[in-house]
Amino acid sequence: MVGLQLDEVGAAYGRKTIISGVCVPKIAAGEVVAVIGPNAAGKSTLFKRIAGLVKGPGTVQVTGSDKGRNAIGYMPQDSSANAVLSVYESLLLARKQKSSWSVADADLIYIDRVLGALNITDLSFRDLGALSGGQRQLVSMAQALVREPDILLMDEPTSALDLHRQVEVLDFVTTQARQRGMIVMIALHDLNQALRFADRVVLIDHGVMRAFGTPSEVITASMLRQIYRVEARIEKCSRNFDHVIVDATAA
Amino acid sequence: MAVVEAFVGAATVEPGRGLYRVHTRRKLMILTAMAIALCVSFAVDLAWGPARYGLDQVLLALFDPGAVSDQVRTVVWDIRMPVAVMAIVVGAALSLAGAQMQTILANPLASPFTLGISAAASFGAGLAIVTSVPLLPVAASLIVPANAFIAALGATLFIYLISQARGVSVQTIVLLGIALVFTFNALLAFLQFLASEQALSAVVFWTMGSLSKATWPKIGVTLAVLLIALPLFARNAWALTAIRLGDDKAASFGVNVRRIRLETMLMVSLLTSVPVSFVGTIGFVGLVGPHIARMILGEDQRFFLPGSVLAGALLLSLTSIVSKSIIPGVVFPIGIITALVGVPFFFSLIITTMRKSW
Repeated sequence: MVGLQLDEVGAAYGRKTIISGVCVPKIAAGEVVAVIGPNAAGKSTLFKRIAGLVKGPGTVQVTGSDKGRNAIGYMPQDSSANAVLSVYESLLLARKQKSSWSVADADLIYIDRVLGALNITDLSFRDLGALSGGQRQLVSMAQALVREPDILLMDEPTSALDLHRQVEVLDFVTTQARQRGMIVMIALHDLNQALRFADRVVLIDHGVMRAFGTPSEVITASMLRQIYRVEARIEKCSRNFDHVIVDATAA
Repeated sequence: MAVVEAFVGAATVEPGRGLYRVHTRRKLMILTAMAIALCVSFAVDLAWGPARYGLDQVLLALFDPGAVSDQVRTVVWDIRMPVAVMAIVVGAALSLAGAQMQTILANPLASPFTLGISAAASFGAGLAIVTSVPLLPVAASLIVPANAFIAALGATLFIYLISQARGVSVQTIVLLGIALVFTFNALLAFLQFLASEQALSAVVFWTMGSLSKATWPKIGVTLAVLLIALPLFARNAWALTAIRLGDDKAASFGVNVRRIRLETMLMVSLLTSVPVSFVGTIGFVGLVGPHIARMILGEDQRFFLPGSVLAGALLLSLTSIVSKSIIPGVVFPIGIITALVGVPFFFSLIITTMRKSW
């Protein structure tokens, strides 16, 4: 079973250090980990560092996978593209890298299944440039999924989705994580989503990891005051789920 | 398949692959039609001229030279053939160079002409014609193409290096290209001002671009560059297409974006500088050829790559015919005709094609 561990991980663009000393104990197969933090905290850079897109000190340890670099699938935050390609072609592209020009039926069947699972079959032959922001996010997610990663990094995958799609997508990826034994790391701004869907939470602020633990351990009123500068309460709803209720911005 | 079945609701999903296969077949048919059109255009180019021959005579001269008169054989093989073949090879090379420039710079305006590479070649050639100063230690007869080659190569690499700097936007590269065009045009004007009357007319003729300078060795060198570039681009077809989705996305697919860009730009600099150094400035083929291919085939490089090659070759072959047809007995410099024929054709395609072209 796949595992992921970060030891003293850092990353820099040129001379500017973006993240440093991030240590995350071993994340097990099937776990969903939310990465939270204010704007420009370093969440995207952390994902890029894990995905191997930027270099830096420390070690990203992936265990129990035989897929090498393909073990990690990354869905970037910005999925805008003006290439003259259909959604279907873009998924094929994601799946076929470093292989021959010919396309096997098995590849196409897999793409059909992913499109169906995300309920975006109707977009199959739409040009990428003609998609809305939310549709682009779903297609970007499909591009990551068709690569059959063992670890899926999703950078704010629900920021442009309506409420129904947000819940649908987060339900889908958590189900995928459980059923396929995949590790899912999601950068989220909606802390209630983190409370509801994540098994564990990584809190990043100013490029440093401030906390790691279960959602209720990390998302607390004092953390919200200190990191997000808001006065808030964490209260149980009638179904006994934790919810963040924001009262005001902190002084 | 076991993993496929793991998807939620997978069993109820069918659809796209049939339609994908239909689209693929349609693209292959378009490519075949373009190849046939190119063959026809080539044959017409051989038949057309002050002495006009029927296509049957041309085909006979091609496949059974002994069956036609010496005059027909000489005109078809020795006079028209090098020009017709050069048109195809140069059109293919410039269009392929434009296609890959547009791909790796993510810029629809990128082409040898718009980014100042042709202007640099003109300056290099002008320097050789006016001052005889060589930029490479070569024989006197090769100073003009050698200087044009070095200047074009330098301009291409300069654009590449600037484009690699962090924070450089697409707009910056276009502006840089425009700045290069103005700079090299000004330098060329300076040379023209100093030039003798004879040198001035030679420079002006060179900058107009002409296939009349075609020789078999020049064709061989240009074709060799094309044949080196095509397999390299073909090998990187998936990666090059992925780059059009953005660097982060391509890298997340496992593409070594930096390496692919460097390889491609080096190849593009050869594809641009070699033909331009032989035939002079031929504008718009490198811009229009890829756009035509993109509009009718999309940007999957498995189709876009051969599509750009065929579109550029066809465009310049047709232009070669037109250049001989305007005034009987006079062959216009092809650089003038590419703009006159290519641009209106391009406009009509943009207006009539509903599909987004970039």
